[in-house]
Amino acid sequence: MLRILINALRTGVVTTRYPAEPNSPPERFRGQPIFRPGTGLPPPEVCPTGAISEHPDAGGSHLAVDLARCVFCGRCAEDQWSGAVATGREFELAARSRADLRIEVVDDDAAVHAKPASDPEAEAARALSEIRRVLGRSLHLRHLDAGSCNACDWELTALLNPVYDIRRLGIDFVASPRHADGVVITGPVTRNLATAVRRTIEAVPEPRIVIAVGACATGGIFGEGYANLGGADQIHPVDVYIPGCPPRPEAIIFGILVALGRLESRKTSTSIV
Amino acid sequence: MIDPTLIDALRAAVTGSVNAETGPRPTDLTVGLSLKDDLPAAVAVLVGQYAMTLATLVATDETATPDGALQVRYVFEPSTPGAKDWFVTLLVTVNAAHPEVPSLTTAVPAANWHEREMRDLFGIVPVGHPDPRPLVVHDGWPQGLFPLRKSFDGSQRVAVEPAEEFPHRLAEGEGVFEIPVGPIHAGIIEPGHFRFTSVGETVLLLDARLFYTHRGLEKRMEGLSPLDAFYIAERICGVCSVAHGLGYCEALEQIAGVDVPRRARIIRSITLELERIYNHVGDVGNVCAGAAFHYGTATGMRLKEQLQQMNERLAGNRFLRGIIIPGGVRLEIPDHLLEYISTTLSEVLAEFDSLMERIEANPSVVDRFDDTGLLQNQAAVDLAVAGVAARASGVDRDARRDHPHAAFMDSDSPRLNVVTRTAGDAMARVTVRALEVRESVRLVGEFIRRLAPGPLRVSLAEPLPGGRIGISAIESPRGEAVHWLRTDAAGRVDRYHLRSPSYHNWPAVALAAETAIVPDFPLVNKSFELCYSCTDR
Ligand code: SF4
Repeated sequence: MLRILINALRTGVVTTRYPAEPNSPPERFRGQPIFRPGTGLPPPEVCPTGAISEHPDAGGSHLAVDLARCVFCGRCAEDQWSGAVATGREFELAARSRADLRIEVVDDDAAVHAKPASDPEAEAARALSEIRRVLGRSLHLRHLDAGSCNACDWELTALLNPVYDIRRLGIDFVASPRHADGVVITGPVTRNLATAVRRTIEAVPEPRIVIAVGACATGGIFGEGYANLGGADQIHPVDVYIPGCPPRPEAIIFGILVALGRLESRKTSTSIV
Repeated sequence: MIDPTLIDALRAAVTGSVNAETGPRPTDLTVGLSLKDDLPAAVAVLVGQYAMTLATLVATDETATPDGALQVRYVFEPSTPGAKDWFVTLLVTVNAAHPEVPSLTTAVPAANWHEREMRDLFGIVPVGHPDPRPLVVHDGWPQGLFPLRKSFDGSQRVAVEPAEEFPHRLAEGEGVFEIPVGPIHAGIIEPGHFRFTSVGETVLLLDARLFYTHRGLEKRMEGLSPLDAFYIAERICGVCSVAHGLGYCEALEQIAGVDVPRRARIIRSITLELERIYNHVGDVGNVCAGAAFHYGTATGMRLKEQLQQMNERLAGNRFLRGIIIPGGVRLEIPDHLLEYISTTLSEVLAEFDSLMERIEANPSVVDRFDDTGLLQNQAAVDLAVAGVAARASGVDRDARRDHPHAAFMDSDSPRLNVVTRTAGDAMARVTVRALEVRESVRLVGEFIRRLAPGPLRVSLAEPLPGGRIGISAIESPRGEAVHWLRTDAAGRVDRYHLRSPSYHNWPAVALAAETAIVPDFPLVNKSFELCYSCTDR
């Protein structure tokens, strides 16, 4: 026992200060790919997950990158495309709408976000104020593995380790959906889990938050098929999408705080923590 | 490689003809049996006289070819330590109109799930199989719809229908009750359903129902460029990303007929050991959670975190995705990172050793680990159990030695000390992991010493050669994973199959749980630490 205490004291405090202080990922970290409009851009076939697409416009055509499908493999920034595409280190990518994750690669601004077809901002603002009224600043979540490869699951587990210790932010994972304010879904929603996933979400009292974590759940890599629905929003409306394969723990923390309205969604990360 | 005595033994045992050829690799043998009913006799020769064990089972749909049949390959490998590195495949052809093969399960228990999977996905019926229940498809899956047949369009949705209660295997009698657990569990874990029948706390029977995370990945990869399909293989399982990425690449590189440069092989091996280290360290911590030893759990988590932060600095991804790529590796490990790896590993190892001391010095923890979740050696052999679980039950097998891959293919590769224990309990599995962490750290040092400047990859030109098969066996953190890949005429993925270590080990967890009490199940389960996602695919 004494040895355990001594070891614990020697270890000291290992907890991160994120998000109160910014976190900068290591040099090799592959975040949002940054496309420089112009020539020499990779053709859509380069992307193994179909995240890159080509769209006709007045000047011919332009590319769009869908971060909800990107697995951050870095292939589009390799070899002959390294001049046109850079591997960005931005990891705070969570967004309230799937459309916000689509980046149109057009000339005037380096890369602009697509305007959502129907502007859901007023709707989102209303939902958000309701959530803040009911839940305050704290959030209890139930994790739902809807067929993940377990990488996202392990990153959620990491949120409870002494380094991220997400409980310090008033966030915790609970065992029962009846005790939860919302669910965190990982995986593409397999056919074999569809019923269990639907029932578990319905067991969470309203208003409830649904967060899709990782490329499978945001609608990415495996697509729709006999065994998959192809994303969390195929079974229930999603409040926040967190891209990544898997998203690093800080990216998940960022997304959860966005869901709570304690942080603004991507790009304008003014901290109100 | 044609082995005349083996072929003679097979000829003597069967009634039909035996057609032997070399392959898929030059050291391997593929034996076509003209009569599928000869299968049990041929298997008896391999398992009995040659002490072989089932490595994998791969069904394929050849109905597009002129004879329009289905095929099944039963792939065997040696089960003894230090045996030569070869696979012997028995190949039978099955009429698509009457798709039946004799079941091997009663003679070779390891074939159990393989045969049920083949029945679900290909409609090939293993005649005489003791378990008629579906395995992979759930919830009102339509009769007669076989997703891995070529005629099935994998992108179609199949509606979920209300299903009848699944017929769980149950024990009956006075005072016997059922405990259903899952598929959605109370913690952050993968989904599976466990149906315990127990008397008081004693588990009489455990029936595990898995495949909830079946994503249809093997079907999804069909028709893709093998270079694109790699990204799916790397994502079958999070904590086995390196092992599965590597296994896919080695199978593909055999098909392409390329040799990966030496430096790339060594970097691959370093990465594979780093994957093992972060898994084993985290797993030991998690077993402590099963015994309510929270200091151990927190220390395990913290050390695993330190290792995963190292992974991110090295690979740009905390699960080491993005280093290995078909043809070699896509990232160099410069000297400053090599130094950083060495320092981190020695720091972590020192703390991990001290954690092991604390575990061993804590009577209440040792008491929980000792004799809990027993897996007998014979059961481990019969079920072809792999990896840590097998070695903790006295099975001396490790694919790094038995099917050399990555840098273990080099003539000057370091010698692997295979760790075994005989007790077959949770303590033995924890001890094997702890000693393997040490061994892996030593191996990383040996590999780093052998690194010399050189190219990182060879290019694989598309289209890749058509109609070729590649097979590889990789020692993942959980044990041996066998990858089988074949290209179609256009050089695209025709069929890919992964037999993960967890696939063979799950039935062993059920056996081990039946030696325990219900409250010990989390401990038993964590001491095996299996993946659902690599099992379900
Ligand atoms: S980094 Fe993303 S967009 Fe680029 S090729 Fe990979 S998955 Fe596609």
